[in-house]
Amino acid sequence: MTSEIDVTLTVNGERITRRVEARRHLVDFLRLDLQLMGTRTGCEHGSCGACTVRIDGALARGCLVLAASLEGSTVDTIEGLSDSGEIRDLQEAFIARNATQCGYCTPGMLLTAADLLASAAIARVVPSREDIRDHISGNYCRCTGYQAIVDAVETVAKAREAAR
Amino acid sequence: MKAAPIQYLRAQSLAEVLAWYGKSGVRLLAGGQSLLASLAFRLSEPDTLLDISRVAELRGISRSADGGIRIGALTTHTHLGRDPLVRAHAPLLIEAIPLIAHPAIRNRGTIGGSLAYADPAAELPACCVALGASIITVSARGERRIPAAAFFTGLFETALADDELILAVETPAAAPGERTTILELARRNGDYAMAGLAARRSVDHLRLVFFGVGATPVDAREAAMALGVGPWSPAAIAAAQAALDRDLDPPEDVHGSPAFKRHLARILLGRALARLDPTPEAHPR
Repeated sequence: MTSEIDVTLTVNGERITRRVEARRHLVDFLRLDLQLMGTRTGCEHGSCGACTVRIDGALARGCLVLAASLEGSTVDTIEGLSDSGEIRDLQEAFIARNATQCGYCTPGMLLTAADLLASAAIARVVPSREDIRDHISGNYCRCTGYQAIVDAVETVAKAREAAR
Repeated sequence: MKAAPIQYLRAQSLAEVLAWYGKSGVRLLAGGQSLLASLAFRLSEPDTLLDISRVAELRGISRSADGGIRIGALTTHTHLGRDPLVRAHAPLLIEAIPLIAHPAIRNRGTIGGSLAYADPAAELPACCVALGASIITVSARGERRIPAAAFFTGLFETALADDELILAVETPAAAPGERTTILELARRNGDYAMAGLAARRSVDHLRLVFFGVGATPVDAREAAMALGVGPWSPAAIAAAQAALDRDLDPPEDVHGSPAFKRHLARILLGRALARLDPTPEAHPR
């Protein structure tokens, strides 16, 4: 039993081993130990969605996961999704629609929107504005710029469908 | 806020969990979606977290011996909501999933965690009571089978002993002609309900289980008795809504007064009965 744990995981495709304090949540691990500053520290109790990442392919709140518990897991952050080009169209639409504003919620919004679009593509449906609002309902934008965010996600949903 | 310093142990098997759990200061970590928030607020300050998230014996969904289904404690809300066995035999649980928090939380939160945490406004405890489910628990002393109606004993309190954890949940086979529904009222998508209702009507029984209006899920027996199994006349529905005043004793909370909660409960009952009414014309396709 120990308050420091050795953990090996894959972050944005790179295999990483670090010794972490047991109480260290994933957001602090990404930002302070790996210097990946794209994932935001928001409320730190699971309400705001600013720390949204992907763990083993599924959306998760970084503040509600201990880094020590992620032995063998795969974590993808906004840096990984940006570098791979996976969400380039979403990022361009956010810029075109002025959906970023202060930018604090943007990485979490992009991860959450990408998740919705990916599952919609598998189900071969185009998400409605209501679907989009429902899916991002756990991500707070304190600039209250939801209209532009929904516009941007809807634009990409329609463009991806047209390209299929 | 940050969690206080803590020790961490990862169990690889149920035998390891049973060997380590029950010592003072040890808390189980499953999906962590409520526990990590309470650690961050320092509402809970255990010495040690025992991570059970990799214990294979707590996983999986299968048919149980009596024709119902057995749901492993570590089943996430997302997994539960997509499972074909659950869809076929306990559709109430499928209907409940979109009401629980948000996708990122549903991906990690577990049914065992939700039941053990016993938040009075949570959906799954009320569903388990409405379905007549059993909570299968285990400790070094053996297994127990606890009816869901007896499992929730108070505000965030359950029948679990200090050395005991949830192994699985078993729901009985759905009876022919059975109909279930869940609905809730919340100010925003994904918030905890201000009030909610999980309801089940079979050919010979109606059960109405409210949540968010008391310390535990509340079985509204007087209202159910006033209704029978239907079809329901407007007068019977009004009588049942009045009977809720005897079933429910909601405390004042952040959402509003007892009178406000009673009002919401009456609204929910009316809407639920419209969904459960056995008269074919009540369900236009």
